[in-house]
Amino acid sequence: MSEFFDMGGRGLYVWGSYGVVLLVFIIEIWQVRHKRKMILQQLRSMRELGDEE
Amino acid sequence: MAINWFKYSAPSTFYGLAGKIAPWCAGISAVLFAAGLYIGLVVAPTDATQGESYRIFFIHVPTAILSMFLYLVMAGYAAIGLIFNTRLSAMMATALAPTGALFTFIALWTGALWGKPTWGTWWVWDARLTSELILLFLYIGFMALHSSIDDPRRADRAAALLAIVGSVNVPIIYYSVRWWNSLHQGPTFEVGRVAVYDDTMRQAFLLMLFACWLYAAAVVLWRVRSIILERERSTQWVAELKEIRA
Repeated sequence: MSEFFDMGGRGLYVWGSYGVVLLVFIIEIWQVRHKRKMILQQLRSMRELGDEE
Repeated sequence: MAINWFKYSAPSTFYGLAGKIAPWCAGISAVLFAAGLYIGLVVAPTDATQGESYRIFFIHVPTAILSMFLYLVMAGYAAIGLIFNTRLSAMMATALAPTGALFTFIALWTGALWGKPTWGTWWVWDARLTSELILLFLYIGFMALHSSIDDPRRADRAAALLAIVGSVNVPIIYYSVRWWNSLHQGPTFEVGRVAVYDDTMRQAFLLMLFACWLYAAAVVLWRVRSIILERERSTQWVAELKEIRA
């Protein structure tokens, strides 16, 4: 198992690549979900304001 | 088959369609990633000349291909929006830019981490690397220009022009390793040909390529749904959506 993580002494380069990809994907998915949450919230409050009139 | 394609160019119909397609793209992408990573990192044999660091190839090349492909798709949508004045195409172009920029960043990052053990340097100012860096600046320029103009329709048109003019850079990236001498190795992937000779390596590469492509499709469709809601917020169909009434 440790051999797998060592990658023939090139672990830093290999895992540094795949690790950053994972990080970028997590941040992007979070950002997309956050954007949707914010716009839905905004539209709901717009609607509530409209209903009170 | 009589599919009315124009129906899907209306933001109201596309919003629902994108919501149905995106989860499938995400699910299939996750399965392909699992298989591709397993074959690429565990099953595929060690490279004779590069040792284990060649395994960066399985993420570097797919993301680099997609960084160029997504740019052309973005410029294509921007051009359609500019010519036919369709709202949805401009929204698609806006939704594609951040994902394209991230894939370009990943291609540059993994390239640097592959270059160090292979060439002995993180970076050289050669044609392939420099033109890929310019691609990142084009994506950033597109997003910055779009967000700097308040009127969304004018922002669409200005950013579309930038995207179209910038697309001249994509063939320069693609052919750079042929046109100029470079530290960068020759093309691995050309349309219709994959220059990898080991079967497991080829499988891992193709799995990772389709996984990245479907990942991009899923996040872009998810993002465009928010952009549609934002830009159509004063319309009746948005007000009647069940996720807003709830």
